[in-house]
Amino acid sequence: MPEPITVKVDGRPVAVPSGSTVAVAVMLAGIACRRSVTGEQRFPLCGIGICFECRVAIDGRPHCRSCQILARPGMEVSTNE
Amino acid sequence: MSAATYDVVIVGAGIVGAACAYTCVGEGMRVAVVDRDVIGGGATGAGMGHIVVMDDSEAQFALTRYSQQLWQQLRVELASDVEYEQCGTIWVAADEEEMAEARRKQGYYTKRGVPAEILAPETLEDLEPNLRKGLAGGLLVPEDGVLYPPCAARFLVEGAQAGGATFHSGCSALQIGKGTVRLSNGGEFSAGVIVNATGASAAALTPGLKINNRKGHLVITDRYPRFLSHQLVEFGYLKSAHSLTSDSVAFNVQPRSTGQVLIGSSRQYGAEHKEVDTSILTRMLQRAQEYMPGLARMSTIRIWTGFRPATPDNLPLIGPWLEDSTLYLATGHEGLGITTSLASARLLADQVTGKRPAIPIEPYLPSRVSMEHAHA
Amino acid sequence: MSKELRQQFDVLVIGGGPAGMAAAVSAAECGLRVGLVDDNPSLGGQIWRGEAANCTSEAGEWAEKLCACGVELICGARVFHQPEVGTLLAEGPENCYELEYRKLVLATGARERFLPFPGWTLPNVMGAGGLQALVKSGLPIAGKRVVVAGSGPLLLAAAAYLHKHGARIPIICEQASWFCLMHFALALLPYPPKIAQGLSLGRELAGVRFVANCWPVAAEGEETLEAVIVSRGNKREKIPCDYLACGFHLVPNVELATLLGCRIQDGYVTVEDFQETSVPGVFCAGEPTGIGGLELSLIEGRIAGLGAAGRAERAKQFCKPRAKLQKFARALDRAFSPRSELRSLALPDTIVCRCEDVKYDRLKPYTSWRAAKLHTRCGMGACQGRVCGPATQFLLNWHPNSVRPPIFPTRFENLIAMTCSPDGKHSAVTGGHG
Repeated sequence: MPEPITVKVDGRPVAVPSGSTVAVAVMLAGIACRRSVTGEQRFPLCGIGICFECRVAIDGRPHCRSCQILARPGMEVSTNE
Repeated sequence: MSAATYDVVIVGAGIVGAACAYTCVGEGMRVAVVDRDVIGGGATGAGMGHIVVMDDSEAQFALTRYSQQLWQQLRVELASDVEYEQCGTIWVAADEEEMAEARRKQGYYTKRGVPAEILAPETLEDLEPNLRKGLAGGLLVPEDGVLYPPCAARFLVEGAQAGGATFHSGCSALQIGKGTVRLSNGGEFSAGVIVNATGASAAALTPGLKINNRKGHLVITDRYPRFLSHQLVEFGYLKSAHSLTSDSVAFNVQPRSTGQVLIGSSRQYGAEHKEVDTSILTRMLQRAQEYMPGLARMSTIRIWTGFRPATPDNLPLIGPWLEDSTLYLATGHEGLGITTSLASARLLADQVTGKRPAIPIEPYLPSRVSMEHAHA
Repeated sequence: MSKELRQQFDVLVIGGGPAGMAAAVSAAECGLRVGLVDDNPSLGGQIWRGEAANCTSEAGEWAEKLCACGVELICGARVFHQPEVGTLLAEGPENCYELEYRKLVLATGARERFLPFPGWTLPNVMGAGGLQALVKSGLPIAGKRVVVAGSGPLLLAAAAYLHKHGARIPIICEQASWFCLMHFALALLPYPPKIAQGLSLGRELAGVRFVANCWPVAAEGEETLEAVIVSRGNKREKIPCDYLACGFHLVPNVELATLLGCRIQDGYVTVEDFQETSVPGVFCAGEPTGIGGLELSLIEGRIAGLGAAGRAERAKQFCKPRAKLQKFARALDRAFSPRSELRSLALPDTIVCRCEDVKYDRLKPYTSWRAAKLHTRCGMGACQGRVCGPATQFLLNWHPNSVRPPIFPTRFENLIAMTCSPDGKHSAVTGGHG
């Protein structure tokens, strides 16, 4: 069983297995990755990095596709950036 | 097939043609608008949608100021997808020489009733914190604005249609003149007045017209709300837009209501193809980054090009084409088509109806060009 | 600061799925210097996502061969532009790569086709491959109820994977008719490995309800997905669930091929006998030439790699197996093309473009993709039309325009990091601040 990693999602600590993507951490936190132009909550759709619904800010950088980025200890993720 | 008859047939449903339709319908004329493709599909759809007063010449100032005021009057009626925002322009001065130009420009504007305020470096920084440090200051022109041109053109065409105009999309005009417009679908319209508002292809329909296309590039980013709040333009833009021969770039960025940042601008001569030109694009982006270093890490989504229809003296052609009394021109607006569309339409309608125009029309009359043509 | 990393290759392969790996290995085994670029954090593409690390799997074997032949791997990078023939620019999380090549192999794979229906934007409605990818990336699925719907063999593969990891699957809805499926099953007969695959999927999914002629008409829920309504003939059924894994077969990723000027027919890249496209020196293998599945991708990859390496004669042995598998690809296409009833799934107020929240009724008046884009912003968002493009093509018969760079959203600094100097040579210009 791989060691769990802890990242922060909107300030909240979330543990995910090592090798997980940031998208999984955000989904486990129960938070939407982003709000659409008309305010809908959006979660990942395609899982392979082409739909851009999973965008979050990671360590201050906005518009990161969380399904393509591996979670690393101490990452600070903010949604709806 | 008998020809349908109109008072005015407008060829080209870009912002200028659309404005002409709207205004002519307002004057009670029977109007048809013809376009080979979608409304605003030419330069209108490619441009920045900046409504800006310019002072390159008295004539340019008069037209842009008049038109800007017409936009302000129209704003309450505009549909929300036109995204009209009176965000103002800040002309950014990089050094003392440019600040001197800012002061001259401020004097010019205020003398003519256009509000304009000199900004000290600290104020500039407060208003636009993402501009680089060390700038000399700027000039704020608060009545300038921005809008989304294809929807503005559509609003105007729909307004014209509501007043009885007919719109014929997907229909090219093969030949215009002597009261007749021959269409690609085999049909014909006859009209007392035909308006060539076809922008970059105006010379194809009216042989003898000298229209040169100035290619431009634009880049748009993903959403970064509050990165900037005014349209920001460097003073060097004026040199760039003024030059008639050399390729140039200038810092020119716009906040869109979506939160996206629109980045320009470039001008090229004799570039015929619409593909992205990497070398001038790179220069344009480097220039932008010099002024706003924060652009560097931003995600860009699209790059596109467009062609500004330009006349030899940089002023548009608005009025009758001397060689044919039924033919009028409303074209050659270079980078000011959006800004001057409403005033151009107004001046055109005034000439058709014989009303006295609000500003002198001589600088824009096609006769100034065809006189040279005749003397050549 | 973005680092410019300039590399030269004899053969550059774009895409690290089966086709790309096969092409890279085949070219490298001929002694050439080969590079492989892929967007994902690790190799395998979609079908082998997460498997390259497992050396006992087929994916793992290919990954080992890649290492053994010295293929230069560039993971986490996306190609966004071709500044001049023979050079591609790719962006990674911190870097920008300038990749020069003599020959190029495009193995850019495919993505799921999404069709809009009411509620499809709810949280926990995902692609079938999409949900599988997320579970492979660590999403816990044990005990969750997952409705699998849409079309294509991907549904069964995804369902089997999810089931194996503990998901409860109330139903698998395949929009194709039983007739189409029978035909397709018959088309499998010449391919014993595929029959074996099919049987193995069948074993994993024994007891799971599978219904043809069936598709989702709505996803329901307050804040998140709670139930899916499916239609079977003239019956409707409401199925409570936690996830909806829904995709309507696959569309090929041909954006890069289009940018390079390769001839595209019916949405696929045209290639000749050795997988060369209409652009000399550019080869294409795998799903972009026709959705044909794993074995075809591997064979085409091998042929393309050998072709790019100038060893076409070694590729001849693969031509017959390829032809046989191409028959299978045609059978796939016939069986799983979305049926016309699916055009009425989207209601007037159903969002079609998710990036810009453009609803169906706003799009209907337009007769072309370009016109709609200009006036509604459909397709102007970050996905650059990858989701709404195939949807509008199916719903409204719009065909996309030609492609412009950047073919993937790219950082501003990378657009300017490379510049062509007047004599055509590249000079790297450092952009941005540290």
